[in-house]
Amino acid sequence: MSDAIIAESITITGHGGDTIEAYSARPLDPGAPIGGVVVIHHMPGYDAGTKEIARTFATHGYNAVVPNLYWREAPGASPDDAAAAARAKGGVPDDRLVGDVAGAASYLKGLPTANGKVGTIGYCSGGRQSFLAAVSLPLDAAVDCYGAFIVGEPPAGMPLKVGPIVDKTPDLSCPLLGLFGVDDQYPSPEHVAELEAALAAAGKTYEFHSYEGAGHAFFSVNRPAYRPEAAVDGWQKIFAFYGTYLA
Amino acid sequence: MCTYLTEKVAMSGSAKGASGWFRVTEGSVYFDHPVHAPYGHTLNIDFLAPEQGPSARVAVELTAESARALMKAIEAVLESAPAGLD
Repeated sequence: MSDAIIAESITITGHGGDTIEAYSARPLDPGAPIGGVVVIHHMPGYDAGTKEIARTFATHGYNAVVPNLYWREAPGASPDDAAAAARAKGGVPDDRLVGDVAGAASYLKGLPTANGKVGTIGYCSGGRQSFLAAVSLPLDAAVDCYGAFIVGEPPAGMPLKVGPIVDKTPDLSCPLLGLFGVDDQYPSPEHVAELEAALAAAGKTYEFHSYEGAGHAFFSVNRPAYRPEAAVDGWQKIFAFYGTYLA
Repeated sequence: MCTYLTEKVAMSGSAKGASGWFRVTEGSVYFDHPVHAPYGHTLNIDFLAPEQGPSARVAVELTAESARALMKAIEAVLESAPAGLD
């Protein structure tokens, strides 16, 4: 095997049979069948940082794909303009997200190097969406990085088109890794504790880590929220988790 | 956090974006993560022409303090402008 990867923009079939843009990063010669990861971008969109995450998975021996969740609102637009357009329309509907992740998972399973196992990972709004996908689709592993509103109602007056989905915990189809910052307000440590209690009550396999001195978006290397110690440890937890469940 | 908290304002005017001047028909105001400004959260304003597509946008990301100062400045200028000039 070699460490060479290919990373490219492609199209996949998403929710409702729609053709949407996606970014695919794959080892060129993994030497043996490998697992796949659907990377769910954060609210600022299908941006350079998220594509870098996909390439990181590829260099660690996973096929990765990032569906552009804002493609329908803004085909071909720059990520920040697309995110603004999607925001103005209230964000990504839950059913559309599930359909797009299902399409991304199908793409990964169809790759010639695939071992048939697929996980998700999402950041920020994508953390909730990773959980949403895992309670809606048959998956092998899911990672939630500080996803808000799995637990808890959005603050009063917020025209958010998403609501809590912790009641769907019994439908979780796979082990869940949760990575959170203790200083985060959404999700707060109380929200994280409530989700953990729901997972325990439902007898699900999960692993949660909450980092002191870290808040929301501590993985974002180009933002002031970046916390190197939490992010470095978090990446190690992610690869250990996927190494167990996507192998 | 990702707030999604967004106020929309109907607007009539013009803005200069990446492709030159365009007629602004709508504004979005929200407090959330910035794309570029080096802060956790900022007050963001998008001047938009949705009918011309997502790229017809002039975006600003301001600290809360800057945004409040801007509001005061706008109010002050409008208050002092002679009536009947619009």
